[in-house]
This record gives sequence, C-alpha cells and structure tokens, in this order.
Amino acid sequence: MVGAAATVWPLVAQMNPDAATIAAGAPIQVDLAPIAEGQDIKVFWRGKPIYISHRTKKQIQEAQSVALSSLPDPQPDSARVKAGHDQWLVVIGICTHLGCIPIAHEGNYDGFFCPCHGSQYDSSGRIRQGPAPANLAVPPYAFLTDTKIQIG
Amino acid sequence: MSGPSDFQPSNPALKWIERRLPIFGLIHSSFVAYPTPRNLNYWWTFGAILSMMLALQILTGVILAMHYTPHADLAFKSVELIVRDVNYGWLLRNMHACGASMFFFAVYIHMFRGLYYGSYKEPREVLWILGVIIYLLMMATGFMGYVLPWGQMSFWGATVITNLFSAVPYFGESIVTLLWGGYSVGNPTLNRFFSLHYLLPFVIAGVVVLHVWALHVAGQNNPAGVEAKTEKDTVPFTPYATIKDAFGVSCFLIFFAWFIFYMPNYLGDADNYIPANPGVTPAHIVPEWYYLPFYAILRSIPNKLAGVVAMFSAIIILCFLPWLDSARTRSSKYRPLAKQFFWIFVVVCILLGYLGSQPPEGIYVIAGRILTVCYFAYFLIVLPLLARIETPRPVPNSIADDVLAKSKGRPQPMVSTMIAIMVAGGLVFAGSIQSAKAEEGGDAPPAQKWSFSGPFGKYDRGSLQRGLKVYKEVCSACHSLNYVAFRNLADPGGPGYSEAQAAAFASEYKIKDGPNDQGEMFERPGRTADYFPAPFPNEQAAAAANGGKAPPDLSLMAKARSYKRGFPQFVFDFFTQYQEQGPDYVDAILQGFEDKPPAGVTVPEGTYYNKYFPGHAIKMPKPLSDGQVTFDDGSPATVKQYAHDVTTFLMWAAEPHMEARKRIGMQVFFFLVVFAILMYFTKRKVWADAH
Repeated sequence: MVGAAATVWPLVAQMNPDAATIAAGAPIQVDLAPIAEGQDIKVFWRGKPIYISHRTKKQIQEAQSVALSSLPDPQPDSARVKAGHDQWLVVIGICTHLGCIPIAHEGNYDGFFCPCHGSQYDSSGRIRQGPAPANLAVPPYAFLTDTKIQIG
Repeated sequence: MSGPSDFQPSNPALKWIERRLPIFGLIHSSFVAYPTPRNLNYWWTFGAILSMMLALQILTGVILAMHYTPHADLAFKSVELIVRDVNYGWLLRNMHACGASMFFFAVYIHMFRGLYYGSYKEPREVLWILGVIIYLLMMATGFMGYVLPWGQMSFWGATVITNLFSAVPYFGESIVTLLWGGYSVGNPTLNRFFSLHYLLPFVIAGVVVLHVWALHVAGQNNPAGVEAKTEKDTVPFTPYATIKDAFGVSCFLIFFAWFIFYMPNYLGDADNYIPANPGVTPAHIVPEWYYLPFYAILRSIPNKLAGVVAMFSAIIILCFLPWLDSARTRSSKYRPLAKQFFWIFVVVCILLGYLGSQPPEGIYVIAGRILTVCYFAYFLIVLPLLARIETPRPVPNSIADDVLAKSKGRPQPMVSTMIAIMVAGGLVFAGSIQSAKAEEGGDAPPAQKWSFSGPFGKYDRGSLQRGLKVYKEVCSACHSLNYVAFRNLADPGGPGYSEAQAAAFASEYKIKDGPNDQGEMFERPGRTADYFPAPFPNEQAAAAANGGKAPPDLSLMAKARSYKRGFPQFVFDFFTQYQEQGPDYVDAILQGFEDKPPAGVTVPEGTYYNKYFPGHAIKMPKPLSDGQVTFDDGSPATVKQYAHDVTTFLMWAAEPHMEARKRIGMQVFFFLVVFAILMYFTKRKVWADAH
C-alpha cells in the first residue's frame, strides 16, 4: 500500500510546475512613477496579467463609499489596497469566473468588465455583477518605496 | 463472440494458425455469421460510420503528429506549415479537424437512436454505459485536440475549461495548477495535452472493443424492440449488414467531403487563426459546436460550482438512463407519449446548443435556464413518470412479423422526415457558432463578388499580382506577412509568376542572415526560400512605432476575421458554400474609412473612424487613396480596385492551396457519388431475397 502510493506519487507530482517554472515565478519589481492618475498598466507575473491602476479621487471615493452589505463578496476597499497608498490598486487581472482577462475602464462600476461571461468589477476589483463568485485576487506585493512595488 | 465457432478454414496455413489462435473463427463469428436483426434501419449504420471515423481520426492524427511541434512558440506555426508545405497537408488537416465534428455528429445520431429505440434497456445496460464512457473520452480528446493549434480560441478555450476545476471546494486551485503544470495555461499544458490527445484515441479504441463485445453478447436491438427469437428474425452480418453499412458509410463520406473540400472553416472559429495571446481575451469565447449544449447549461446557472456540477451531471445522468426509464416497451415506436417527448428533448438539445453560442445576456440567460430545467426534467421526471402512466401500443410478436407488416403496410415516411429534421437541426446547431464568433457591432460588410468563391472558384491571377503590388508598396510598411515565402509566388494556384520572376522579386529584398565566421549578422539579397521580411524586428518595436498597438500579421488575415452572419443566413451559407466573410470584411475595412465621423460620434484621439470596424474606432489610418499605386495592366487606380486586389492576394496568402482543394474535391465528389450509387444497387440486390 505504502509502496504503491510511493510509486504513484512521482507520477502525479511531475505534473506540478517544474523547477524552471517556479524559478521564473520569482518576485518582480515594478516602477510606478510613469503611471499617471487614471491610467493603469498590465504586467505579467507567473504568466498572469496583473493590473496596476492609479486610481482617481472619484474612483477611490466610490470604492470606499459602497455599502459592504450590497457586495456579493464583501470586502472593504482598505483590505484590498496598502494603507497610505489608497491610489494604487494592484489586482490579478483574471476573472474569478472562468479565467478570462477583464478589460479595465469598462463596465458600469468604473472598474473592470469581463467580456467572456459579463462579470463586472468595481474600482476596487470587487465583483458587483455577473457570474463570477469572488473579487479579483490581490497578489502578494509590498511597497519598496513610494513609487516602487515588488510583486510576489 | 457468440460461443465457440464452428468455422473451419480450408487453407492449411490458416488451419495451422486457427488451431493455435482461433482468430479467424472469432472474426467469422463476429462479423460474418453473426446474426443481425433483419429489420434494422439506416440509423443502425452509424455504428459502422463511427468505427470508420475513429480509424480515420487515428490515421490522420498519427500522420499530423509527425509534422506537428507541441511547443507554445512553435505549435501555431507548425500547423500553418503543415497546411502550406507538407504534401497534401491541407487535406490531412482538414480531414482531421472536420473529422472531429463529423465524429461528434455521428455519435449524437447514434446516441439519439439508442434513446429513441430504448437500446439502453435490459439486457444492454453495460453496452450503453460503455457508450457513455466512449462519449466522455471523445469529449476529452476533442477538447485537447482543439488546444493543439494554439490559436486564440485554443488558448482561451483551454483556460476556461481547465478553470472549471477551480470550482472544486478547497483543492480547486491546486488541481488547476496541477493540470496546467504552471501558474497559467502555457507550454507545459500544451505538451501534456498533446501527449494525452495522442493516447486517448487508443483508449477509446479499447473501450470500443468492449462496446462491440457487449453488443455481441446481448445482440443488437432493433426498431421493433423485440428480441430475435428464431432464425427467421435474423440475417447473417455478411453480406447483409456489411453492404448496408458500406452504403451508409459512403453516404456519410459525401457529407464529410462537403466540409473537407468546400467548407473547411465553416465549423471552426475565425479567432483560431490568430496565434494564442495570453494578454488578450477574445470578445466571445465559444467552444466547438459539439460542446455548446453543455456550455449553455454551465452558463445558465449563476453559481459557479453549481454550474460546473450541472454541466457534468448532464452527461453523467446518461449512465443512469437504464434505471430512470423503467418502461418495459423498448422502442418509442410503440410508445405514443415517449415518442413526442423524445422529439421535444431533441429540440431542447438543439436550442441549448444555439444558446451556448450566444452571448450570456438578457433573454438568452432566461431561455437557457428554462431549457436546462427541461433537459434534466426529461430524465428525472418525464421518463420515470411515463413508465408508470403510459399505455404502449402492442409490439409485434417477432421481428419477422414486424418486417412482414411493414412490407405490406404503408411506406414509412418517418425516416426521411427524421433525416430532414436531423439535418436542419444539425445545421442550426453547428452553424450557430458562425453567428457567435463575429465581433458584435459595426455594419455588416457588403458581400463582394470574388473569383475564388464557390465550388469552381479560382484566384484571378491579375488580381493576385496587383494585390501583391499593393501589399509591397503600401501594407508592407507596417504589416508583416510571416508565413508567405518568395517561392510561393511561383507555386501552382498562386499569382502565376515563374521561378525566375520569383527569384528576381526576392532579390529586391534585403534579408538579415548570419552569424558569419566572424560571428556577425549581415544582410544579403533575398532568395526564393526566404520569407517576406517583417517591417519591424519584434512586436514591441511594431507597437511602439504604431501608437501602442502592433499591426497584425497579414498572412492569415483573410481567415482570421469574420462577422456575424446571423440566423438563418448561416444555414444558407452551408448550401451556397459561402466562406468569404473574411475577404468581405477586409475589403470593407479598407474602403470603410470616413474622414469625418457621422454627427454625434466621436472617436478617441489616435484612432480613425471606420464604418465597418467593430466599435468604429480603428488605430490604422486610412491606408489607401486613389492613384497611390499604378498598375501596368491598365486597371483603375482606385481604392475600390486596390481593396479588391489586395484582399484577393491576402486570401491566397491565407489559403494558398485553395485551388487544389476545390479541384480534388470535385474529383472526390464524383467518385463518392458513383460509389454510393453502386453500393445502393448492390445492397438492393443482396437484400432482395431478405424482404
């Protein structure tokens, strides 16, 4: 029994990401200085698109003022951005429904719109409408300086 | 497979083998002497058709694998090179790609036949379940095969389908990472899909052997649904069933050939001629037509996990069919209510397929929910209930009685009606993808007259040569033409240049080569083996020079663009062989620029108004103006003429072997029709004494 499990394990484990893939998934640093207010950039980390949005005052205000009880996946805006860096939203641009890439600055909520099955996210990347079950994921990241972050 | 055979070969060599391995006896008892009910109709030939399709898919697949490269950077190109450079590669690829659709088409008919005639009922439950397993394996194989060309739809289809597993509670993400072999769909995913796509057909073949074995143990069901009792009820498999199957197969091949030679892209998606791009999602992700009903079920349920569960249940429920439907009468022929509900169910499936191809919004979502309920209600409510309340009509005493009654009674109009409904339904179903794949918005491009349309279409040489000139003098400043080599200019079915002319044309280009012995790159004049050089060294440079958006490669442009045809247009398209959405669109875009947007419409800065571009704001400035290119043959130097010629040229660039395809298609058709007619008369002669 143990022998069989031990034999099967390598046969299954080989399917997981290999060493090179894991190494390539190391943290990356992104300079935020060139991103003007209201703009956003898309960088790739571990093959996933990451949206970094420089939110406008209006977007921040909208994100903070919405009643949590009205959200399908309640989460305050403060839990989705780093304290003191309210203007920066960093989210993984993969729809939590079936993995398409939502389009920034589209939809009814000043956030993201997924063209595949119509999910809409707000300016905090939270799901507001459509079949997606959860908010856009926030990748692990930290501010190195005020204008530089490390993702991963 | 029905007991020890009394078959004795007369040849001493065969005798020698037979005593040691009774394989000839097995074949003889299974496929020659095997008693088959004498009242089988043509719906029963689909078993043979499916066996043939499986063999054909394995054969063409093994050959394609010899030329294919399963690498994320090379897969798309290797498929294009198969189509362009491998001898008859276009034929093999079309056979394999259309073959998958035909395989599913046949399997759906086979399944509906089993459903209608109660072929899943005692004692054929295991036979039926093995069939469901084959169907599941086919779905997995088909899905992974669709990923291999590594186009946009391949990539995003793979992303959406593998993400279904992320709905699993707790382990979802880990399972998906395990499937991908990375953090997103990528090269490891492609590699393993290729490996499995190669493996699974052989697994299917293995299960098919079990399926046939189970069939030969229980014996075939038949339209009357009564078991064969006496010799009079059956005829030997050979020649009776063999010749009937051969006729069925040859008719099916005619249908198949229509797609291979004339409509190779009808069932495909234009987006799959765009190489996979992890950074851009197509506006509308649609799976292949044969998955659409299940896709519709998935999307109609607002909860992700429940949607995935419902989708898989829709297939798994088939395994329980023998116990859900406990009615004693097998054939729906004798079940007045079951018959009606069966046809309602068929319509429900077709409509679900249609909805699967539509955008998930508004009325489509509501309709999807209603039909999903209908789908499950058929299995869970209607069938169990009917078994209790329905009074079936009396079934014939024996198959012989059934045949006798039929030959005396009225001719049955039902089969022909059913064929008509099936074909119409299949078209709605299959063709609905056409309406879905186009970008929404924008006026429909006007249909142009193309020399290359229709079954006898040929490229207009003059137009190709002028189009090449337009490409060279205008388009090539920004757009690459990566898959076209200078040698292609002298290929048969192309612009009709000689080898020397192609060489002279090539030598006007500077091609980067190297490194030389000093390790340096250098430039040399082009040779015919070289490809058209790209205007920019890489995509980033192209994007930087063009306002942030790289001009797309034009090699496949005429096949990679399309527009919504809508219902019922796409049904007519099947018969008229209309395949020119791409050229119509490209031509319209080139002529659709307007200096001033209509009142009330503004386009963002850096974009231009184009009447036919979806959203109307195109990054490309108006490329053509009157008098820009002069033609030697006196053709008018107008935008209209330029657009027409360069589109013809791009169609050739996308489909260089089209003339060979249509020419060979005509020969194949002629052969198949004659063959089918001969088969029909042979079959009549063989069966003359059996009726």
